Amino acid sequence: MKLEPLLARVGRGGIVADGAWGSVLLDRGLPAGHAPETWTLERPETIAALAQEYLDAGAEIVTTNTFGGSPPRLRLHGLEDRLETINRRGVELVRDVVQGRAYVSASVGPSGVLLKPCGTADPEEIQEGFARQIDALAQAGADIICIETMTDLVEASLAVRAARSSAPDLPVIATMTFDLTPRGPFTIMGVSVEQAARGLEYAGAHIVGANCGGGVDAMVDVARAFQVHARVPIAIRPNAGLPERRGDRLVYLDTPERFAETAAPLLASGIAIVGGCCGTTPAHIRALRARVAP
Amino acid sequence: METLNHLSRLLQEGDDSGVDALTREAIASGIPAEDILRALLAGMAVVGERFKEHEIFLPDVLLAARAMHAAMGHIKPLLIAQGVPGGTKVVIGTVSGDLHDIGKNLVGIMLQGAGFEVLDLGSDVPPERFVDTAVAAGAPVIALSALLTTTMVRMREVVDMLAQRGLRGRILTIVGGAPVTETFAREIGADAYAFDATSAAARVRALLPVA
Repeated sequence: MKLEPLLARVGRGGIVADGAWGSVLLDRGLPAGHAPETWTLERPETIAALAQEYLDAGAEIVTTNTFGGSPPRLRLHGLEDRLETINRRGVELVRDVVQGRAYVSASVGPSGVLLKPCGTADPEEIQEGFARQIDALAQAGADIICIETMTDLVEASLAVRAARSSAPDLPVIATMTFDLTPRGPFTIMGVSVEQAARGLEYAGAHIVGANCGGGVDAMVDVARAFQVHARVPIAIRPNAGLPERRGDRLVYLDTPERFAETAAPLLASGIAIVGGCCGTTPAHIRALRARVAP
Repeated sequence: METLNHLSRLLQEGDDSGVDALTREAIASGIPAEDILRALLAGMAVVGERFKEHEIFLPDVLLAARAMHAAMGHIKPLLIAQGVPGGTKVVIGTVSGDLHDIGKNLVGIMLQGAGFEVLDLGSDVPPERFVDTAVAAGAPVIALSALLTTTMVRMREVVDMLAQRGLRGRILTIVGGAPVTETFAREIGADAYAFDATSAAARVRALLPVA
């Protein structure tokens, strides 16, 4: 099945994307301290099963298990020499499941290191690292490059530029993570929604927005700010609230119903893509989809 | 003390070359190193508070910490010569590789800012590495961070290992991270709990005997 180009599809109306990967894999037994990407190699059936569940729940965009697939992050786990395999297999597993019934959105998370002058990382090296990851993702047949959970606009822009040069034919979604402050939403690095919207678009992102953060209610404020400042379509993927501990388990407080009730109006208000981040599950996406049918 | 107020202000602005120069000037003019340290710590406390209130952001904290570091380079030798305990070591790390380790890094920055020497073991650190490093380096404090409940449970292993080796009370533990609570800290026998990076530095200071 041939997919309509994403930007054309977005032009026809809002899209429901999938929910979390990392927190669901932890729930399904990913040992603490293990990079989620290791399961692409060791437990591909679990990855494929989750992709299938999101597809069945009605997600029109399914994310790959490649969030930590950049060189600095893989290095933390001694996996840098598996970079190509982890990213290529990450895409293939989702592709084989969705078979053209949903967009395969290749996840690219932060490098985890701070750039100069705050940290020691060299921007060129970081951009080259993203390019290596994105090369592998694009060659494996990703439909979208999704740069997410960014807090530093410089790093996010490096990733967007890497995507535009390594995968010139693919649409790029770039989202950052905001906290609500008395002066409005800011990332921990001090980036406002206005700066993010302009900066990400300037770097070449086709779709901009926010993911993760303090839950779906907080995200309504962030979405509104993007609607004021963004000139390109907007993607919003909230957490299911902030986690709380119950015994030895981590519980996200927004139930599927509660999540859907607040997230669905975002689509109605013109947000192009709405999905979930940490704590959301196929049940959250199913509930969201039920409210925005068909 | 106009000089010290100015120094504290420069630190809050993250002006590392300004702080560097004024610290040397203050020393040359005979201001005691302890007073200089107090002014710097007061400046860092303001930075921590403003960060907590979202008035400033991580880059501002990092720049202030770097200015602090520049000043410490000048006053540390003086403090040591005067027998004032400066640069107490703190071993820090996440007990198990979390998805995000920014919280731990932030605590490290605030501790450095507060004048501690931070030995950062990174992520996914096995319990024996925390304990061995603290013993080898003579660090009286181990700071443990976890973001996820599953990893949080492993904090207990570090506390237990200290007990097994007869080091409880001599090496103290402080725990923190999104899912960690004061109750949990008490449950596992940790010596302290910190809600955020700013309070972590204050709590570590409070753990240690006053010189």
